[in-house]
Amino acid sequence: MSDYNFAYLDEQTKRMIRRAILKGLAVPGYQVPFASREMPMPYGWGTGGVQVSAAALTLDDTLKVIDQGADDTTNAVSIRQFFEKTAGVATTEETKKASVIQTRHRIPEAELTEEQILVYQVPIPEPLRFLEPRETETRKMHALQEYGLMHVKLYEDISQHGAIATAYAYPVKVEGRYVMDPSPIPKFDNPKMEMAAIQLFGAGREQRIYAVPPYTRVVSLDFEDYPFEATKAEHPCDLCGAEDSYLDEVILDDAGCRMFVCSDTDYCRTRREAGHLGRMGEQAA
Amino acid sequence: MYVAVKGGERAIANAHAWLAEERRGDTDVAQLSLAQIREQLSLAVNRVMAEGSLYDPELAALAIKQARGDLIEAIFLIRAYRTTLPRFGYSRPVETSEMTCDRRISATFKDAPGGQVLGPTFDYTHRLLDFKLAADGEVPEAPVAEPREQATPHITAFLQGEDIIEREPISDAVPGDLTREPMGFPAGRAVRLQSLTRGDEGFILGMAYSTQRGYARNHAFVGELRIGTVPVEMEIPELGFAIEVAEVELTECETVNQFKGSKKVPPQFTRGYGLVFGQSERKSIAMALVDRALRWEELGEENLGAPAQDEEFVLSHSDNIQATGFLEHIKLPHYVDFQSELELVRKLRREAAELAETLASRETAE
Repeated sequence: MSDYNFAYLDEQTKRMIRRAILKGLAVPGYQVPFASREMPMPYGWGTGGVQVSAAALTLDDTLKVIDQGADDTTNAVSIRQFFEKTAGVATTEETKKASVIQTRHRIPEAELTEEQILVYQVPIPEPLRFLEPRETETRKMHALQEYGLMHVKLYEDISQHGAIATAYAYPVKVEGRYVMDPSPIPKFDNPKMEMAAIQLFGAGREQRIYAVPPYTRVVSLDFEDYPFEATKAEHPCDLCGAEDSYLDEVILDDAGCRMFVCSDTDYCRTRREAGHLGRMGEQAA
Repeated sequence: MYVAVKGGERAIANAHAWLAEERRGDTDVAQLSLAQIREQLSLAVNRVMAEGSLYDPELAALAIKQARGDLIEAIFLIRAYRTTLPRFGYSRPVETSEMTCDRRISATFKDAPGGQVLGPTFDYTHRLLDFKLAADGEVPEAPVAEPREQATPHITAFLQGEDIIEREPISDAVPGDLTREPMGFPAGRAVRLQSLTRGDEGFILGMAYSTQRGYARNHAFVGELRIGTVPVEMEIPELGFAIEVAEVELTECETVNQFKGSKKVPPQFTRGYGLVFGQSERKSIAMALVDRALRWEELGEENLGAPAQDEEFVLSHSDNIQATGFLEHIKLPHYVDFQSELELVRKLRREAAELAETLASRETAE
């Protein structure tokens, strides 16, 4: 694809995106408006993440793309192929070997390092959106740190259900200032957001970029008497036996038999290669 | 044994191959040429150019062919291609008063300089299927008239002479560019009009229709509707003057709307404006109605809470490429989120059942 610039976008556009990224890093959790471009994949399918990755990638980078924790889900494959074609960068499925990881809905289980950048695809960047549909209002609420509405919502959950009924895209407060949407990751992943790697969030359709610098304080909203709880299925992985990983539930037959497997395919494979076996696991080849 | 959802890569390649075959259809039937699409499906081409924000009939025809006639998909192809084009600069404003009109009608005056020119319109055709077209598409030549030599003046210019219609404020401010800056609210009229002209025809039509049915009614007359070509000129800094770089076909609609007047302004007519690439009549009229509805604040009218008056609502939802992408993304895998919901609902149900049990046993005890 010699007709297109490195990583598809022209240099001016990438510069514009990098400025937004830097601003985002300087003001952690703040949603920076940017002039998102039309990409050759649909809005809502990772165009924000793709633009951020395109601006972050250099020739020496190694890219990993995951969707739902897995490298081989169709949209992850499609995005990885896009960068193979347009940037010619090396790609990998191994979390450890990647310098840029683009993700949808998960944070890898393996701890990330200072050498890595994690790029999230974000559908609705505004954590207050479903409490207040107007952008003009929510921007004001952030400016004034007016987050009472969010606490009322969490409180109403408790009074109605006895628990905070948010299982994914669980709101966090970044460095004591901005309430931020962590993208639709399961709340199990929230505690991992205090990490060594740079975290960048791209929302293409909504034209927003935001960021969490390394070692930034990220607190999941809760109440003293109803503390935040990172939950997952109460099973070990049936393939690798891991008890600390987020699990997908797979329906095996029409009699309702199920199995639970790591959603992070690389984590699961690495464990099996190291000899860990679950209830239904087979030695990895 | 559990088989992981492997093989995404091969599945995608196979799906693409099948899609290409389906697109081609029966190979005993001749393949469509781009020229055929451009010449015989020109209104589809126009829509793709307008909503794709790229004036190139040949590329639009290619997009329609590639998209199997799905116009939103074709618009998407054009938009994605458009992203990769370098931006050389901005043209001078086109002068629609200098338009070479193929069609020009006014609903407000029986006649006016320039006359009523019906042009190639469906308007007074009876919508009866023409079975002759199924056999052969040959048509007799249409009668030809001498084109008008002088420019066709705008109808609203006559009203303006009488000062009975609002004057458009003259401004040298550089208008925003919605493709280069993120949308912010209030967007201002220039960006609003950019957004409406590339907005989804169906959405803009629905919004306009809602104003006609009473949701912020503004009683529009079509002061003028004109379709024709205008030259596009660009200032070349090295030359120091503007040269013609292209010619584009446009549809322009100016509506004349009632306005009761306010404390500061005596009663006068107001305007709504629509300007769309190609012959896109329905779209330009709808655009003018929505433009007028969105101007309530600047004209000191009441906010009736109607959807068509709500700039943020209209502009945030008019783009069909944004809308269709986000709508269709819900077919992507969501099993991680769904799993967490599953766990949560199971937990809440377990707790509810326990609570019911405790209450029941307490009742029996009493």
